[in-house]
Amino acid sequence: MKELVVLSGKGGTGKTSLVASFAALAGDAVLADCDVDAADLHLVVEPKIIRRSRFSGGSRARVMSGHCIACGKCDEVCRFDAVFYDGPGNGRVAKTFRVDPIACEGCGVCAWFCAEGAIEFAPADNGVWFVSETRFGPMVHAKLGIAEENSGKLVSLVRAEAKKVAEARKLDLVIIDGSPGIGCPVIASIAGADLVLVVTEPTLSGLHDLGRVAELTKHFGIQTLVCVNKWDLNAELAAEVEGRARQLGVETVGRICYDQAMTEAQINRQALVEYANAGAAADVKEVWSGVSDRLSKLGPFAIL
Amino acid sequence: MQIAIASGKGGTGKTTVATNLAYVASRGGHHVAYLDCDVEEPNGHIFLNPQITDRRPVASPVPQVDAAKCTLCGKCGEICRFSAIVRVGKKVLVYPELCHGCGGCSLVCPADAIREAPREIGVLEIGSAGPIEFAQGVLHIGQPMSPPVIRAVKAMAPRSELTVIDAPPGTSCPVIEAVSRADFVILVTEPTPFGFHDLKLAVEMVRILHLPFGVVINRAGLDGADVRSYCTAQRIPVLAEIPDDRRLAEAYSRGQMAAVALPEYEAAFTRLWKSVEQARGGVQ
Amino acid sequence: MKIAVTSQGPDMNSPVDPRFGRASHFLVVDTDTGEFSVHDNTQNVNAAQGAGIQAGRTVADLGVEAVVTGHVGPKAFATLQAADIRIYPGASGTVQEAVEKLKAGQLQPADRANVEGHWM
Repeated sequence: MKELVVLSGKGGTGKTSLVASFAALAGDAVLADCDVDAADLHLVVEPKIIRRSRFSGGSRARVMSGHCIACGKCDEVCRFDAVFYDGPGNGRVAKTFRVDPIACEGCGVCAWFCAEGAIEFAPADNGVWFVSETRFGPMVHAKLGIAEENSGKLVSLVRAEAKKVAEARKLDLVIIDGSPGIGCPVIASIAGADLVLVVTEPTLSGLHDLGRVAELTKHFGIQTLVCVNKWDLNAELAAEVEGRARQLGVETVGRICYDQAMTEAQINRQALVEYANAGAAADVKEVWSGVSDRLSKLGPFAIL
Repeated sequence: MQIAIASGKGGTGKTTVATNLAYVASRGGHHVAYLDCDVEEPNGHIFLNPQITDRRPVASPVPQVDAAKCTLCGKCGEICRFSAIVRVGKKVLVYPELCHGCGGCSLVCPADAIREAPREIGVLEIGSAGPIEFAQGVLHIGQPMSPPVIRAVKAMAPRSELTVIDAPPGTSCPVIEAVSRADFVILVTEPTPFGFHDLKLAVEMVRILHLPFGVVINRAGLDGADVRSYCTAQRIPVLAEIPDDRRLAEAYSRGQMAAVALPEYEAAFTRLWKSVEQARGGVQ
Repeated sequence: MKIAVTSQGPDMNSPVDPRFGRASHFLVVDTDTGEFSVHDNTQNVNAAQGAGIQAGRTVADLGVEAVVTGHVGPKAFATLQAADIRIYPGASGTVQEAVEKLKAGQLQPADRANVEGHWM
């Protein structure tokens, strides 16, 4: 079984639209939406949820104000400016300390050092994840709670569950919709994957971000392909992006033209290749054939 | 005044709004600072072309164990919630990339055997783009944790009349770090199903943080989602609509600010700046 | 020699658990006498993070010389190496079969991790 991760570096380059089309073209793949922070794939593939589970990425501190003697030790040891002296009073003190759950890093140092045992340190509810069916096959996806931490761990979880589904159903491919950037969720979505496709655009920003994301995949030793979306927006820059990719050891696997159908398909809740045949849809099919060709050459086992 | 520019979905035009806003406010005679807090993929510099005059490493503290003092009690491993330090047999191992820098291990060590040393995770670049003060954070490749780099950029905020913060996309910890304590947040969206869905997440986020905010609709005219009705129903001010104009996309592709490349957009962004000032007045 | 085998159940006929950090049990086996004891790892199965590191610490504290398992990630590998514990990945079948294979010299010690970590 192989894992293909679609990334963009810069957001908004058409990554999710491409994943939806790949799902339609692959026919027998498991989908994993690892853009858990702002998941959009479900808007097109319309999953029917079969199983729903809570996700806890760590614990969080809470001062039990009834037990607080306002000694201030928690405030002293907290490195994350998460402790405030504005909690409700109790019989002994007029004001107590309070932990801001959004600023809390979940390190538990305050709870450890609280001599009164007045700080509760319990697993936080950070989100929810789903196993679903779509018209293209099974899908694992998630929703990280708003303003929550540890998206990387939720990404790891979604990937692991998608692999389990693939194994159980004897499907060979997991297609992963990654998140923008190069930080924790992105690293969690690519570590140990078989192939990365970077979707970029012919802009100076796209060029800059491709460089950073390609360095990241190189750092983790993962084979990487690139395709330029909306290439005709600036043909000169499209060529420059592809040239830069070559220098970085990243092969170009096709170009996709600028086409309103991309947005129209999204509005119609369809994958581009379901909605249209010509234009960008034809280009996407071309890109998919390049990607699946590369996947088939990777051999049955990934080289670690 | 600190204004943070955010969006749930990436690629909706955060950097376009942030750089143009900084530019027109500066042209309007204000003392402006631009802070790029999208430290995973900072792009503001492409449009503002700043002269970088100072580079400083951003470090996160990680424990170092003095084996001579260590009694192998294992307390460090007990307090660490992230498995970044652990006693195994007769050794204490440290996994720096798992460390959150909470300092718990050094506090708990009864033998005073743990010292914290800085580990570089990114760099802070400071300079100016004409009259605009400029700072950006750049996270090193392969480093997972961006919040300390974002904190370092925000700590640079000069006492300017207007500080524009370009936030990363999403709604989780890096974004919270970037927008927290801003006086006003501009959420940039586009009227597509994806843009609209992610806007609603971003609205939830700023409401949890109790920050005043308004919306800018980019690529207006796409007609894929009724963002305007949603904003009206939710009593969210729509600060501006930027049309779906191919010339804008082309200027962006070359790294040109709309307000520079296309004169009519200087006026449009100036109006946006005015409506932000107005919305701020309405909130206070 | 005292070894730990990752196991999906509490006895020698249980299948080897291919996971190290999140194995459901460790069976600590004396390869000379065939005696064994069971160590429940449920707490670690649900660990938020660092399961491989914590499992490495657990088996080091159990005083074993070697670990027999399916896969081992980089952090677990580093942890076991620091404790001078040899690692024999690639085991399958029942725990009993894996122990026999080890005794027959049919399992090779690893010099590096054989899977990528979950990273988080």
